[in-house]
Amino acid sequence: MTPPRRTRRRPQPLPAPPAPQPAQPYELPQPPSPEAAETTEAAAGRGPGSIPERLYSVTGSGEGGRAELDLVTLIMARCAPPVSATPEQAAVLRLCQAPLSVAELSAYLRLPFSTMTVLLTELITAELVQAHAPVVRQALPDRSLLEAVMHGLQRL
Amino acid sequence: MDFNGSDTLPGPRTEDHLPHTAQAAVKIVIVGGFGVGKTTMVGSVSEIRPLTTEETMTQAGIGVDDNYGSDSKTATTVAMDFGRISITEKLVLYLFGTPGQERFWFLWNGLFEGALGAVVLVDTRRLEVSFDVMGRLEEGGVPFVVAVNTFPDAPRYPVEELRTALDLGPEIPIIECDVRRRASSKDVLMTLMRFLHSIAMSRALT
Repeated sequence: MTPPRRTRRRPQPLPAPPAPQPAQPYELPQPPSPEAAETTEAAAGRGPGSIPERLYSVTGSGEGGRAELDLVTLIMARCAPPVSATPEQAAVLRLCQAPLSVAELSAYLRLPFSTMTVLLTELITAELVQAHAPVVRQALPDRSLLEAVMHGLQRL
Repeated sequence: MDFNGSDTLPGPRTEDHLPHTAQAAVKIVIVGGFGVGKTTMVGSVSEIRPLTTEETMTQAGIGVDDNYGSDSKTATTVAMDFGRISITEKLVLYLFGTPGQERFWFLWNGLFEGALGAVVLVDTRRLEVSFDVMGRLEEGGVPFVVAVNTFPDAPRYPVEELRTALDLGPEIPIIECDVRRRASSKDVLMTLMRFLHSIAMSRALT
């Protein structure tokens, strides 16, 4: 019996490459640039009509002004919930007394990821939480980061 | 949602708290068809009980979900299971296992963008369900390895025959695994990391 066969694909032509930067040690993650966000959106587009889009209308805060939050952006509360906080905001602030990823917050609070990012944007703007951007894949990967992950996995 | 009193508030168990020194995270994505064992793999290596995050999306009434009505937008919920492994006091690794709705994988804000790499988990009984995602990873420049989850009644192919069928270059690792076993899942992740490391080494030389 022979398995079914596929044909490999080529990387899509890259949009304007990001300006070369010295390799960042992983202690200093950089927030993604607005240009990177735009190219990401462009890359997601695969012809009109057939593409699903994220549902933002459930949030009530309208479009725009959302922080660039990744599933694994780490969130930490700067303070205890103020009296003015909504129940959801207070729940986030209580959960984030130790660092938690946006994905974990979304899971524990049972809120869709995009709703979670809106809620967090409010808290970041109000300086009630701080966000640590993730370390992302780079054209020239940071070997010390990869080695750290390998050592960590070996201890499992 | 339960907000009735602090005792019932959802949240991590005390032993699942990350240290305050944790300040950066990386992620690896595990993709594959429905029932291929993504969640099992996440669960076998995660230090926390696997969690689920959801995203709600709308889509124009064209294509796969036509049966819900053709010209109105429909909301679709896509769920992902994920787990976590603390790497150092400062660094945390998250593993995301995505469900079998390939079209949605690339709509998660930043799921693949920025992921260190991906594991494509395949079942030799349904090899073709992973073709599309491999193509998309190639197009997106996301490095991946292929892990064959060995089911007892699945056909066994020699690795080179699989490599030919999947049209993968000689550099891309293909390994067999049993994702129910932590050691085996860890092997798959180590294979991915070694592959990423070899890419880093070769790029540093050019």
